Amino acid sequence: MLTERPITPSTLGVRDLNWQIEWDKDLCTQCGRCTSVCPVNAIELGVHRKREIKTPAGLMKKAENEYSIFYGIRQKTDPAYACIGCSMCNMVCPNNAIGPKREEGSTTQKFHNDRGGNPRTRGGRRNSGESLLDQIKFMRISMLTDPALDAGRHEFRLNTLLGRVQSPEESLKTYQEQGWKPPVREIYPLVIGGMSFGAMSPNMWEGLQMGVAYLNEELNMPVRISTGEGGCPPRLLRSRFLKYVILQIASGYFGWDEIIHAIPEMKVDPCAIEIKYGQGAKPGDGGLLMWYKVNKLIAAIRGVPEGVSLPSPPTHQTQYSIEESVAKMIQSMSMAWGFRVPVYPKISASSTSLAVLNNLTRNPYAAGLAIDGEDGGTGAAYNVSMNHMGHPIASNLRDCYNALVVTGKQNELPLIAGGGIGKSGNLAANAAALIMLGASAVQVGKYVMQAGAGCLGSEKDRCNVCNIGVCPKGITSQDPRLYRRLDPEKVAERVVDFYLSFDTEIKKIIAPLGRSTSLPIGMADALGISDRAAADRLGIKYVV
Amino acid sequence: MCRLFALTSRDPISPMLAINALNTMKEGHDGSGVGLCLRGLGGRFEEELQGCPILSGIFTEAGLRRLEQYTMDHGFKSQYSILYTPETEPPEGTPVRGTYAAIAYKVPRGWKELTAAQQGQKLVEMRLELRKMGEEDGDIMVFSFWPDTIIVKEVGDPLEIGEWLQLGANRNLYARHILAQGRQNTNYAINLYACHPFFIEGVASMTNGENTAFIPIMEYMQSRNVTGYSGYQSDSEVFTHIAHYTTKRLGLDIRAYKHVITPLMDHEMADHPDREFLATLKRSCRKMIIDGPNCIIGTLDDGSMFMVQDRKKLRPGIVGGKDGIYAFSSEVCGIDAVIPDRDKSKDFQPMHLDTVIVGPDCKEIETCSQKDQLPRQL
Ligand code: SF4
Ligand code: SF4
Repeated sequence: MLTERPITPSTLGVRDLNWQIEWDKDLCTQCGRCTSVCPVNAIELGVHRKREIKTPAGLMKKAENEYSIFYGIRQKTDPAYACIGCSMCNMVCPNNAIGPKREEGSTTQKFHNDRGGNPRTRGGRRNSGESLLDQIKFMRISMLTDPALDAGRHEFRLNTLLGRVQSPEESLKTYQEQGWKPPVREIYPLVIGGMSFGAMSPNMWEGLQMGVAYLNEELNMPVRISTGEGGCPPRLLRSRFLKYVILQIASGYFGWDEIIHAIPEMKVDPCAIEIKYGQGAKPGDGGLLMWYKVNKLIAAIRGVPEGVSLPSPPTHQTQYSIEESVAKMIQSMSMAWGFRVPVYPKISASSTSLAVLNNLTRNPYAAGLAIDGEDGGTGAAYNVSMNHMGHPIASNLRDCYNALVVTGKQNELPLIAGGGIGKSGNLAANAAALIMLGASAVQVGKYVMQAGAGCLGSEKDRCNVCNIGVCPKGITSQDPRLYRRLDPEKVAERVVDFYLSFDTEIKKIIAPLGRSTSLPIGMADALGISDRAAADRLGIKYVV
Repeated sequence: MCRLFALTSRDPISPMLAINALNTMKEGHDGSGVGLCLRGLGGRFEEELQGCPILSGIFTEAGLRRLEQYTMDHGFKSQYSILYTPETEPPEGTPVRGTYAAIAYKVPRGWKELTAAQQGQKLVEMRLELRKMGEEDGDIMVFSFWPDTIIVKEVGDPLEIGEWLQLGANRNLYARHILAQGRQNTNYAINLYACHPFFIEGVASMTNGENTAFIPIMEYMQSRNVTGYSGYQSDSEVFTHIAHYTTKRLGLDIRAYKHVITPLMDHEMADHPDREFLATLKRSCRKMIIDGPNCIIGTLDDGSMFMVQDRKKLRPGIVGGKDGIYAFSSEVCGIDAVIPDRDKSKDFQPMHLDTVIVGPDCKEIETCSQKDQLPRQL
């Protein structure tokens, strides 16, 4: 250290950092694993020099300086290298000698997250712990007048429909006349939301696809996974597993060429096509795949040069208005597969959700609407978008469902809700609440990463470096040195585990409400909340 | 758990028979209300007033006057009426309301030119309008306005009410098809309109149990734009509307009703002769799936009577009888009380796939399983 350390406006002390490293000199074996694993180089091996004054007894001799050096860990204070609290150092330490600790009182670092005038970008979802969905309770429980159903014994039919469902009158007419029926898929109501092949590591992607295939083929659960924008590996496109996949196309059309070219060779139709207009984490924004992750493979699949940042534009460039865009895109995508595949748009929950929905109800080819609330999104986004933009999902979904009820089209145009489901770990309860508020299905992204791959991110701004390709778990990194840490088989296993437990939990919720043979979509009379304003807004019971 | 009892007979019989049968099952219902639906009427309604719409309800004196004005304005002339104003104290728990009435009307000129559907629509509109008129001060309470139909509803114990209203005394009140239930609704406030059975355009039904899908189904029915899909004081009222929707709107046979409310599982459907039709029905009628536990008994315009069970068969239900008279009951003791001399070995308890129908001729019990081929209907 310099004797005269320059103190500039952005000089921080260790104490100013959000996360501080606690290192125990006595336990450390100096193996060096922590420094080599740290994804952001927050710690380095330090040489510490120590001076001790030895004063012998009796004043016979003069006091002496004794100098010693020892090796240890030093935490950098440059905000560019600030510890992200991922705890990888702790995971690799043989002696538990090191680990990050959150410093709640330190607020200084956030003022320095804009090095070079670039605002902070990150992955993960908004950094706030509270979730309205967690406050909702299920109440219309059959107790005395009728036996509650038995979650473990009775038959259950939890599947939901994705696709335009004709009204009874229409469908009988179509049946009679042998007319064109809009394609409808029966799917499991918990969908893995779009996390693109560019954002995810190949191992993560493979693990997810394997888990989904297992759930479908061995456990008979029709689970579906959206690809997210950025295309789909050519092999998957030409495989029989494509039927479990919802192909996403977004405003950047990344990877779409690959898909179009594969159409003639597809053995099976994809489950559906999702046209992404917006994401909950960055409403009104396109996708953002930063250059760190655009390696050779990703560049090839997306049809772009290597090593350049790939922001999708926020709009579909070739189209002039949302009405035109929705209508045209749905039409042309439907046409591409001979009107055999459901096509639906995905939008960020926003004040215009109802307008989009209104367009869709009058479009006979629209197969549904996916709405992503403010808590959604896994990919890279600007900090400010993630924390401050967007609409919470509960009321947005409720408004849309109620709008459908007025026109008698509830469930004829399925609503898929996402954004913040399972944010505090309560996946089944959150999903059930959204279904009862009117969702035909729900989609989760981050929960899948957290549960399926051990993602370290949290709502307290932990980790969240998904965007810069250094994911310590190898989930969102395109660097083979990192992603080989992730065993796809194990990811598949975890995905299956949490799906099965979700299945049990959701039965435990809906069986006592007396439901089992159809999903309780719109069963809002079963819901209660102790927040008066929320109860009024959602049209559910106010209970304290 | 609520007990249900229904009778279908070739010759008109007294509604007290059904009420007495209910009484034998009393432990199962709390007697918080009684509802009676009488169809296939005998007496003067049959002999002189075939096809005349009959208004049934309860009216105060002022209500009766308002009613008279209203029907006159619409060109309806009262032809014959059974008016009963009890002079004795009502049984415990029953409020004093006024006159219990069933009034048959002569329809205005030009009515005959209307199609049956138009006539029906008009009658429903008038019933709703009357009900609305009475909602404020409670001087008019209307339960039905339809040819060959009388509905009696009151809050209180069925037997006491039956005797108090002297339901057995008037032979013009005898009917061939009688639905009776000894309780009103579960989960909601005591409300006269909530007493089962419910009726709409010739379709009547009653249910026990709880309808957990009440809100979504109610919202769905209301959004079908059918005049008369309103009210919903009870979580079972929707079952009647689904039966109406299935038979009258979709034009399907009553055997399809069970496929609407409790569709087969996909694997059960796989080798069904009607699989394509059933899959279509299941998909588009998904909103009307009930989860039970419910036993539903109903009667249709043609005089047939049916019983269906929920998918898990969590409610008892039994049908038995002899040539000329059949009873649909939630317990066998009810049937024993009315038709003790039947061949009990022919009693039938529908299971989770069955629909039981007794035709208007009251000859036999017809059972059909959801696995059977449906009559050709489209
Ligand atoms: S917690 Fe993570 S970021 Fe912090 S020092 Fe350890 S490995 Fe590095
Ligand atoms: S573990 Fe990986 S995916 Fe999870 S927050 Fe960290 S960088 Fe992102």
